[in-house]
Order: sequence, then structure tokens, then C-alpha cells
Amino acid sequence: MKDDKRRGLLEKVLKDHGYQESALLEILHGAQEIYGFLDKELLTEIAGVLNLPPSQVYGVATFYSFFKLRKPGEHVVTACLGTACYVKGVEPIIAAIEEEFHLKRGGSTEDGKLSILQTRCIGACAMAPIISIDDVIIGKATKEVVIKHIKQVLGETKAEAV
Amino acid sequence: MNQHTMKLKIDGIEVECVEGSTILTAAKAIGINIPTLCYLDGLTPYGGCRLCLVEVSGTSKLFPACATPVASGMEVTTQSPKLYEYRKMVLQTLLAERTHICAVCIANDHCELQAIANQHGVDHVFYERNWSSNKIDSTHNFLVIDPNRCILCTRCVRVCDELEGVHTLDLKFRGKNTDVIMDQDEPWVKACSCTSCRKCAKVCPVGAIYIEGENIEYTKDPDVAAFIVERRKRLK
Repeated sequence: MKDDKRRGLLEKVLKDHGYQESALLEILHGAQEIYGFLDKELLTEIAGVLNLPPSQVYGVATFYSFFKLRKPGEHVVTACLGTACYVKGVEPIIAAIEEEFHLKRGGSTEDGKLSILQTRCIGACAMAPIISIDDVIIGKATKEVVIKHIKQVLGETKAEAV
Repeated sequence: MNQHTMKLKIDGIEVECVEGSTILTAAKAIGINIPTLCYLDGLTPYGGCRLCLVEVSGTSKLFPACATPVASGMEVTTQSPKLYEYRKMVLQTLLAERTHICAVCIANDHCELQAIANQHGVDHVFYERNWSSNKIDSTHNFLVIDPNRCILCTRCVRVCDELEGVHTLDLKFRGKNTDVIMDQDEPWVKACSCTSCRKCAKVCPVGAIYIEGENIEYTKDPDVAAFIVERRKRLK
């Protein structure tokens, strides 16, 4: 697979951990850092090198919410589902984004421009509900403000692409 | 080889057993029956179902008998009103977690969960039920898995790993999203590592894994695990 520079980097991570099956978690961390996400092809390869059953590697990768199994979109909206944000109504905002941009939480739009993820508390509860768009954090978010901001961000990429 | 033996009391009866054995096996040796679901003779204890919880004197904590090693001087209580209530609660949460409807289940009358619930007088579920509606995987030639009847005891996962040795089955995700998967969450027919040995169907305590068109009475054989372990010892 993917015989580019990244393959070499992955090889180094594997070597650093002595191809030990007990280092699976660290190796998955390293692989995600290199590739950005862990797809089945990559997990199969790691399972093969470490001599672990593919089902076990997949199980570990899905157990921890830190690992991403799909390629994230070009722009990532992260909704905080911590207690404060939940109580302050982050749920209807997520639903509105899903409807407006035709995507589902945890997934991306068909064109791969936008994805929406959920996270637990990001530590700014006084500003609840919180939505972050790429690295910009929007506190006391409302549907309108968030959707407007996402459209702006998406619009910018279109302009750049032309 | 000299093995240390230990003395302990289970329900007031003195037992002597070898170091490293569990409360469950010690109790079995003197004919005391502790209810279990995830535990299966021949497989590594999992300690997941919490039905075998027992009281140990000197602490208010409850211990899973299947996974707790014996200690010298231990005094264990396996039956008490508190444990009975606790086990009833565990059974109800298991029944509430997914879509358990005995009347339309293939394992009706041959189900360990149903049998234990009956023994404990669980005639109602006092928790709001989840009514899961996960997809049934019947892509395999004859093996079928209905996740809605699964109690996540992992007997199938362990028998696949420890006895068949292929580890086709495992769990994905966590908490209420947990599910049994084949290889990397493939449809069963596409899971190349599966040898179709049907041990998973034999040890499943409920009607989650079964063989299409076969009377479940003939399929179910949880003792097969201990039998295989014993046979393999003889081979050596």
C-alpha cells in the first residue's frame, strides 16, 4: 500500500517499538499521526506486521474515540457534547448543521469538504454551547451564527480553488 | 510439583483447594451452584456479566466468583437476600439492554439467560428497554448472528480465539455501541479467517448466534469448550 514517504515513517514507528504486539496502541497513535486517519487497509497491514488478528486491531481502534477511521473533511466542525454544552442545547445545532449541509455526525459531506465530529468537554463551559470550526471556537453558539460561519469557510475554499 | 493448598469457607462449609483456583471452582467442588452467564468451563474467565458476584467477609465490595482467586481464611457467602436482589437487577439490565423477546426467539426454552431469569423470579423488567434494531447478519452459509439478542458475554470471541485459534470474532466500539464483529467488521461471508467451525453457535448462551435450519437444541453445546480442552491435554 501507499509506497510513499509515509510508508517509511510508519516503518520507523514499527521498528521503534520492536514490532511488539503489546505496543499496538502506540503504533496506532503513530500511524494516525502520519496518515491522519486509520482505514481498514492500514489496520490490516499493521495487524499483519504485528501478527495480531485483524478483528482485534479493529476492536482496539474503534474502542478509543481518539482514533479516526475515516478521512476527515477539508474543514472539520467539532461540536462539544460535554454536560454544559448539552444542557445549553448543542443538540439542535448539530441537527441543523446535519440538515443544512447534508451530512451525519461522525461523517463527511459527499464532496469531502466538511465533516462534523463530536467531542467531550473542551474546557470552556462558561461559553456553552460550543462549536469549533477548524481552529476557530464559537462560544454561546446559535444555529444561525454557526451555519453562517461554516458557509463562509466553505465559500473561501471555493474562491481559492477557482 | 508441590502445589500449595488453601483452606477457606464457602457458605459456612470448609473447603480445601489449590492456590490459584477461583471461588467459583472451589464452590463447584463442594456442590455449591453460583449462577453464571459469561463464564464457561474451558475458557478464560471474563468477569463481564456480574451474575456470579459473591460476598467476602471483611469487605463490603462484591467479587465476581469466576475471576477471584481464593485466599487462605477467606469466608465467602454465595447466597443472601442482597445478592439475590443484585442478581435480579443484573438480569433485568441484561434484558433491557437489547431486544429480548422470548416468544419469538429461536433459543426459547434453550436459553441460559431465560433459565436464570426464571430461577430468580424475574417476571418483569423494571427498566426502560432499549429495543435495539441492529441488522442481522445471515450472509454466512449457515451461521447467523442477531446482535439484538446478544448479551456481549464474549463466549464466542473467546472460543474463537482460544480454542479454534483464528480470532475471527472480536468486539467493536464500547459501552452501549459495543457489538460482535467478524474480522474488520465485515459481513460474515467475507470474513476470510472464519473456519465455519460453529463453536461460537454451540457456546452462545442465548439465541444470538445460531445455525440456520438446525434445531437449536442440537446446536447448543456449551460443554464442548471443556471437552476440547480436555482432549487437547490428552493429545500432549
